[in-house]
Amino acid sequence: MARLNPSHAAIVLFLVMALGVPFIPSNYIFDAILTPLLAISLAGLGLNLLAGYAGQVSLGSSAFMAVGAFTAYNFLLRVPGLPLLAALLLAGVVTAAFGVLFGLPSLRLKGFYLAISTLAAQFFVQWALTNFAWFSGGDTSGVITTPPLFIGPIAIDTPVKRYLLSLFVVAVLTLIATRLVAGRAGREFIAIRDNELAARVLGVKILRTKLFACAVSSFYIGVAGALWAFLYLQTVEPAGFDLDRSFEILFVIIIGGLASIRGAFLGAAFIVVLPLLLSRAGAAVFGATFDSGLVDIIEKIILGVLIIVFLRAEPAGLSALVARIKRGRGLALPTTKITGNFS
Amino acid sequence: MRFRKQLAASALALSLLGLGAPRAHAQAAAQEQYFPLQSYRVGPYAAGGTGFFGGFIDYMNLINLRDGGVNGVKLSWSECETQYIVEQGVECYQRLKTHVPAPSAWNPLSVGIAYAMIPGITADKVPLITIDHGRTDSTDGAVFPYVFPLLMNPYSETSAIVNFIGSRIGGDDKLAGKSIVVLYHGSPYGKETIPIYQLLAKKYGFTLNQIEVPDPGTEQEAQWLEIRRIHPDYVVLRGWGVMNPVALKTAQKTGFPADHIIGNVWSNSEEDARPAGEAAKGYIALTTQATGTSYPVIQQIENTVYAAGKGDMADKSRIGSVYYNLGVVNGILNVEAVRIAQAKFGEQTLTGDQVRWGFEHLDLDPDRVKALGAAGLFHSINVTCSDHEGHGLVTFQQWDGTQWHRISDWIAPDWSLLRPIIEASANKYAAQNGITPRDCGKQVASN
Repeated sequence: MARLNPSHAAIVLFLVMALGVPFIPSNYIFDAILTPLLAISLAGLGLNLLAGYAGQVSLGSSAFMAVGAFTAYNFLLRVPGLPLLAALLLAGVVTAAFGVLFGLPSLRLKGFYLAISTLAAQFFVQWALTNFAWFSGGDTSGVITTPPLFIGPIAIDTPVKRYLLSLFVVAVLTLIATRLVAGRAGREFIAIRDNELAARVLGVKILRTKLFACAVSSFYIGVAGALWAFLYLQTVEPAGFDLDRSFEILFVIIIGGLASIRGAFLGAAFIVVLPLLLSRAGAAVFGATFDSGLVDIIEKIILGVLIIVFLRAEPAGLSALVARIKRGRGLALPTTKITGNFS
Repeated sequence: MRFRKQLAASALALSLLGLGAPRAHAQAAAQEQYFPLQSYRVGPYAAGGTGFFGGFIDYMNLINLRDGGVNGVKLSWSECETQYIVEQGVECYQRLKTHVPAPSAWNPLSVGIAYAMIPGITADKVPLITIDHGRTDSTDGAVFPYVFPLLMNPYSETSAIVNFIGSRIGGDDKLAGKSIVVLYHGSPYGKETIPIYQLLAKKYGFTLNQIEVPDPGTEQEAQWLEIRRIHPDYVVLRGWGVMNPVALKTAQKTGFPADHIIGNVWSNSEEDARPAGEAAKGYIALTTQATGTSYPVIQQIENTVYAAGKGDMADKSRIGSVYYNLGVVNGILNVEAVRIAQAKFGEQTLTGDQVRWGFEHLDLDPDRVKALGAAGLFHSINVTCSDHEGHGLVTFQQWDGTQWHRISDWIAPDWSLLRPIIEASANKYAAQNGITPRDCGKQVASN
């Protein structure tokens, strides 16, 4: 069997996800599962570029999502007639600039020390957004509802349209990411991650590459934040982008698989979808007899056990697990080290 | 491989089970009015969630057991755990909104979840109830036809607290020259009233200092040292969760008297005062519903619902507590809205939009409140198209170390002062979101 080019595999997958729309009967699946899944996947992808490929651990993902969401909101509010896609793009660009600023410590700090320094971004952004009403359009409470969205003359007002728009944005950015990590930039990222000194000897420009990784990663996370706020929650609130969300995104890539594009999607599915399925199963089976709080606690225990079981079965994440299953079935895959393949 | 196949099979089974859930809930009952409950029984705010939703469920059970429903239409409900987290609340909303029969009204008891639901419920045409909290400008029903901050919005609360302080020192005119500190939670909720305190300070001429306590508020030494330096006449505590008992304890350490601290509506429960122990003795807080079990409606719940073994509270001693009684009052308002809507649309299962009409004509004067067995529990409410708050009155209670005692009459906030600010904010929202406000004058004429 011929090996599928990673980008082609992604294109096929996204086409299936788009063409499958008529076969999905319920708006619930779009609104509560697929749209947030896409947004978190994109954020995970962004963090994976930085942490998985370039080896710079960040705990500020949620802050970058907030920057993206509030940037898009302010551009839409203050620039009349600005197209939605342009606002999303600007959200990414502003977040990228912000990411470079907070990426500067990465030039001196490594590992856990860098992770701690990115906490500064987390706290600073939340503080700034809560304390300056300007960011939330003058609303004293700081919580804002997103305005009606349009792409040209088409109103993005149904769950399916919101999903398709998310899918389009995520598909384009994912394809760019597959090209990026397969090319020179991806190899430079990995070189820095594996041995900074050796990379420098090989002629990789450390400063430029690290900041580039910060910028690209933040761009992705910022767009993800805007998707999360505009197409999923339809509200923006600083408290929604707290440290817990940063951890969640970090768990997405750890469970999904570091340094893998597909890992972000698998990890997001695990973190976003599995709790929902558990919660719905719990409500269906025990809802009538047990306290909903008790059911919720039991679900948490099951989820925790599943995480341990999965990571025990494959410490390198779901992505590696999938690769192993494929090999088991005789698909002609080369023995993969952790590289930037979509396979 | 076998292990994995089993894993995959069980995951698939789980998912099928899960996605089939809404149909499993729907029963072919003859006539029923369904309430989706986005409750929170675990997590940091479980005390509020279990009390509020317990009271709400107990009251609906009372109506079913005592009266056989509302004019024969049974009340039904199902719960979905949110842990007070916005995303989970939104997911619950999406999960329950397709329920058959359709939801009558949403009662999330969370500002964040309510904000996120406004576009959705407006499109679904189902009312959203944010009793005692919510978006202040949703009081303007012309712009927010489906949102109801019943009884009291944050601005009314602010005004009532200042009027109460006035009454403690012998009249609003005595406020001039006095000093008030507002200690607020560093969150959107905490900051919502900053401009209103400024406005009232200007109007009455008192000195105002507003001091922020960063979430969660377990460290307040610096803030209380600052308060000690200012030496105010009163401190208003606009707290949330653990911040409240810590504030009371720290106040005692710095020597500030508890009976000069006035708590707002989210600092007014037993769970806010009790953990502070002795330090809370004398502490005063605002409430829209009195505590205790002496009201006929609460006694009927004990004698009917709990006697039948259908009570919701695991800890029966919490019946009559602040959050529980708020849940009962919320139950009364929801049920009466259904009853009023039935008078217009017929005694049958109503749509959310029809129930919304009921909320918009929810007029319970003190006589009606008495007939419902709730005299003294809450005062009255009169919701109209333009006023979705309903001119609720508030009262103040004092903590004696073990329970609350009412120490004031029912007090009316200064609605006429606040109305222009609310309308300005609502109109700004309407302009940003392309909403044409309804003409409430016309609504009255046509109904």
